[in-house]
Parts: sequence; structure tokens; C-alpha cells
Amino acid sequence: MKFLHLIVVNLKRKKLRTLLTIGSFMVALFLFGLLMTIKMALSGGVDLAGADRVVVLNRVSLIMPLPIAYKEQIQRIPHVADVTFAAWFGGYYQDMKNFFPNYAVDSESFHRIYREYIIPSDQWAAYMADRQGCIISPQLTKRFGFKLGDRVPLEGTIWQGTWQFNVRGIYRVERRELQTSELWFHYDYLEEQRQFFKGTVGWYVVKVDDPANGLAVATAIDERFRNSPFETKTETEKAFAAGFANQIGNIRLLILTVGGVVFFTLLLVTGNSVAIAVRERTNELAVMKTVGFSDLSILLLVMAESLVMAAVGGGVGLALAKVFTLGGDPTGGMLTYFYLPGKSIAGGFGLALAAGAAAGVIPAVGAMRLKIVDALRKV
Amino acid sequence: MVRVDGKGSGAAVELRNLDKKYYRGEEEIDVLRGLNLDVDAGEFIAFMGPSGSGKTTLLNLIGGLDTPTAGSVRIDGDEISAMSGRRLAAWRARHIGFIFQMYNLIPVLTAFQNVQLPLLLTGLSRTERRKHVEAALELVGLGDRKHHYPRQLSGGQEQRAAIARAIVTDPKILLCDEPTGDLDRAAGDEILDIIGRLSKEYGKTVFLVTHDPMAAKRAGTVLHLDKGTLLECTAEGKLICGTEEAKR
Repeated sequence: MKFLHLIVVNLKRKKLRTLLTIGSFMVALFLFGLLMTIKMALSGGVDLAGADRVVVLNRVSLIMPLPIAYKEQIQRIPHVADVTFAAWFGGYYQDMKNFFPNYAVDSESFHRIYREYIIPSDQWAAYMADRQGCIISPQLTKRFGFKLGDRVPLEGTIWQGTWQFNVRGIYRVERRELQTSELWFHYDYLEEQRQFFKGTVGWYVVKVDDPANGLAVATAIDERFRNSPFETKTETEKAFAAGFANQIGNIRLLILTVGGVVFFTLLLVTGNSVAIAVRERTNELAVMKTVGFSDLSILLLVMAESLVMAAVGGGVGLALAKVFTLGGDPTGGMLTYFYLPGKSIAGGFGLALAAGAAAGVIPAVGAMRLKIVDALRKV
Repeated sequence: MVRVDGKGSGAAVELRNLDKKYYRGEEEIDVLRGLNLDVDAGEFIAFMGPSGSGKTTLLNLIGGLDTPTAGSVRIDGDEISAMSGRRLAAWRARHIGFIFQMYNLIPVLTAFQNVQLPLLLTGLSRTERRKHVEAALELVGLGDRKHHYPRQLSGGQEQRAAIARAIVTDPKILLCDEPTGDLDRAAGDEILDIIGRLSKEYGKTVFLVTHDPMAAKRAGTVLHLDKGTLLECTAEGKLICGTEEAKR
């Protein structure tokens, strides 16, 4: 702590230079925070998927339906604990830009399987009693001002026309990252009103009795429907989420590339800044060594300056990214999980410190190796 | 006692057959050649000589800022020319105070903070450090300027702050490299008065490099450096060479 003042006064010598260096860390880590948020948004489902659930899709394509009659057949397969299904509706509220995910579900079984979505019992009862009832996320209440009892008209994109829904429940989640902008309604209502694809569902979600049996159940389901008009492709919910994310492209590679370029630039900027600061203070560093500072303590002091800039800039950048994400999904529902997780913040902070250390190490070693006699001659 | 013939023993500062060479490309420059010196504790020595004669080099070797090409530097029984860099830094912090011609204060630190710098390496508490710093600043007459930055001090005051920094750890040896070289006569005299007091009243062993004969007069012994060897100036003004080779 007694050296902290020394580090601070050195950083304050050239305020503009220090601020610009801190600023470059801030911008880089803000960008990192946003990239990690987008990665989470596009692939977050992979982390959050239930380990004991498998998803059954039409083998041909995600958008092709499956017969509703499969439910009973799936239920009879060994190790299957429960089955639910859903169908994509794809409606929008008033304007196309107000899109958010909405789908019809087999309400009772859906509620049994997705226990992470918590719905007050009175609201659930009201929903079950209303054929046009729907359950919405808290995000939709914020975005459109929906409240319990409101009548919400959605324009159908697959099944044309205006579909009326009554808000009967608002779910909540205990983990913030599970918050999505969704609307669910009764499958029976869709089945009753739609003109085509009757008797079909979009996908099944199967709960297995033990996560270890997930693969065996998936294989058994696909085997059961092989050579039928509607062959299935069954995979764990995690694999399904990953596959869904990969449709957009290799997010990881994209983020690594952008992040790598930013951090390389950051290294050059900070390294240059610290090197200039050390060169300007050659004489003073020699004096410090003269009065007894060891080579190692000089190295650590210079490294500390670089690390402080990295910590301050990185910390502020990540904090700004967090604040930005707290404002909610700016696309209005396109990014399902718009959330900057704590482990990404910790990772980003570690990355900032690593960049600070890497940028400071060469000038610091130079300062450490400084020969007092030579340095004192450079006035 | 000061001897330059290498025949003393048990002196506080003992230099034996000291050689220092520098290399400029292919060229070899002999700065010090077989130099001997014995100095007892509490002595005030002035080194004089033409530019390039090796005065500052000698001071740097005594202070452990540089290493000799050959020979030994023994201070209070410690062979410092054989010490590792880390041990030498710790040794310097305990035993040596440096005073430079250009003061070499750190511009972003106040006089107090500059003087405190060597104490940061000790295990002293904040309160103890403050007491030591204030005592050192009082001793050099700068108690009322402790919160001033170097740019707010005159040259003489800056040098006094530099002296306070040199003595704050209570070292036994003070190495002064032309401490009045950048000051006017009056300010220079004040600095020399302080250095004289440190020798007489506080028993510091002082080595003063100077071009100024008036400054050298303050010292108990004046040694001339010429062509890498030491010549002692006797009371009669004769110069006696310190190496056997030179005597022959």
C-alpha cells in the first residue's frame, strides 16, 4: 500500500496519456462485454438447456411438423418420464418490428417439464380456464405495457389473421439468464383455429428419467419412427440449442477473431504508452535504484502502473457493458438471452489484467535492467 | 586516517588495486589503474582532478553503483564488489547516502515524499517514517517547505531536500558528486556548511567530488585524481602518489 501513492502520482504525470490508455482498455472491454452478451444471446440456450431433456424434431427440417399421435408412442419408450410438445406460431404485435417468440404449448405437460418457469397458482388456474389465455414474460410487460387481463391481438404470419389472446399469467425465473421475451398459449386454441397442419406439432420435448439415459432414449425414438412418413431427429436439448446457435455461424470464431484483433491493438497502444513513460523517467528510475530500490521492485512498480490502467479501464468498460445489457435486449426479442454473465465479467477482467501485464512486461524489464551509472548520465 | 599507498588495514573504507576500464567500440579506456585508498570512519575527503580523471567513477565504485574491472571495494568489512545486485541494493539503502549535482529529486513528489522515498524500503510504520523525514528536513533547514514540490523550491533548497533524502536512513557514508556545481556561491556555501556539519557533528564519512578548490578546503583531506591514480595533497601542498608504480 505504501507504494500505491508512487504508482498513482506516476500515472497522473501525463494525465491525457493515462486517460487515453485507460480509455482504450475501457472501449476494448466494453466491446468484449457486448460480444460475450451476443454470444450468450445466440448460444446461451446451450448452457441453460436441461440435462434431462431431449428434443424431437422432424428429420427433414426444423420447420416441418410431426404428427400429434407420436406423443403416446414416445411415452411408451423405456426411460421416458414425461412428454410435452409445442408449435411455433410466429405472430407479431401490431407491427412486424414488434416481433417476439410466441408458440402454442401443451399447457399441462409443458408446465410439468419446465419447472424453471414459475407461475403463481392463481394465474395458472386462470390461464387453464381460458381457452384464449396466454402466459407472458416480464420483458413483454415492460416492452409493451401488457398486464394481467389485457387482450393482446397478434397478427399471424403462418396462419393469417388476427389472433386474440388474454394475458392470464406472467412467469418469473430465478436465474436472470433464463429471462426471455416469450408468449405461450394453448395448443388446443391453435389447433381449433388453424386451417392447415392440423393434427401436427412443431417439436416434442421429452423428459428422461435419468440424464444418463438421454442418448439411449434419443436413439430409441428415432428408431421407433424410422421409415415412417415423418422420420424424427432426436437430440439432447443442449445439442439442439447448440445446433440452433450454429445456424447463425461459428459465433465462437467470430468473437475470438474480433476480440483478438482488439486485444492485439490494445497491447500495442498500452505497451507504447508504458514504454514512453519509462523512457521519460530513466533518470528517476536510476535515482530510485541508487537509494536502494532493487531491480525487482522497479520491475514490479512499472508493471503495477500498467496493471492499474488495465484494471481501471477494464473495470469501467465491463461495468458499462453490464449497465448496457441491464437495459434489455435492444433488438426487441431477437436476442433471446440478452445477459452478460458474471463469469464473462470475471473472464474479461482477467483478460484486461493479462493484457496489462503483457503490455507492461517489456518496458518493465527494460527498467529493471537499467544500469544506474548509464541512466544517471542521461539528464 | 587516510592512506593512498594501500598499506593501511582495518579502515572503514578500503579500496585495493582498483581498476576500472570502459570500452568504446574497440577502444579500451583505463579510468582507474591500481588505485588504493584507506579511509577511517568520520573522515571528510575531497576528490579533485580534471574532467575525465575518474572522480565520479571512483565515487560510484565506493557507493556500489558500478563494479570494478579488477580489485576490491571493502566497506566496513563488507566486500561489496562481490555482492549480487539485490544484496547491493539493500546494502546501499542502509549504508550510503548520495547527493548529486543536479539534485535528482522526483518532480511529482513533494520534498517530504522525496525524502521519504528510501524509507519506503524499510519496515518502518507511517508514523515512524514521518518522524524520520521531518527530522531530516529540520536538520537541513527545510522543515517549512516539506509540502513544496521541487519546482516550487530554489536550487539551494532542492539540494537541501536531496541531502535530507541522503541522510534520512542515517547512512554512515555520504557520497557527494559536485553538490554545489549548479549553485551560486552563497547557496553552495550553505550546502557545504550542512555537509561539514554532517561530518563533524554526526560522524558521517564524506566523499566530496568537486572542481572548486574553496569547496575542497572544507575537507580534512584532499585527494587528486590524475590518470587513474590518487595523489594526496600534503599540508605543504606537495602531491604524493598512492601507487608503487607511480612512485618509481
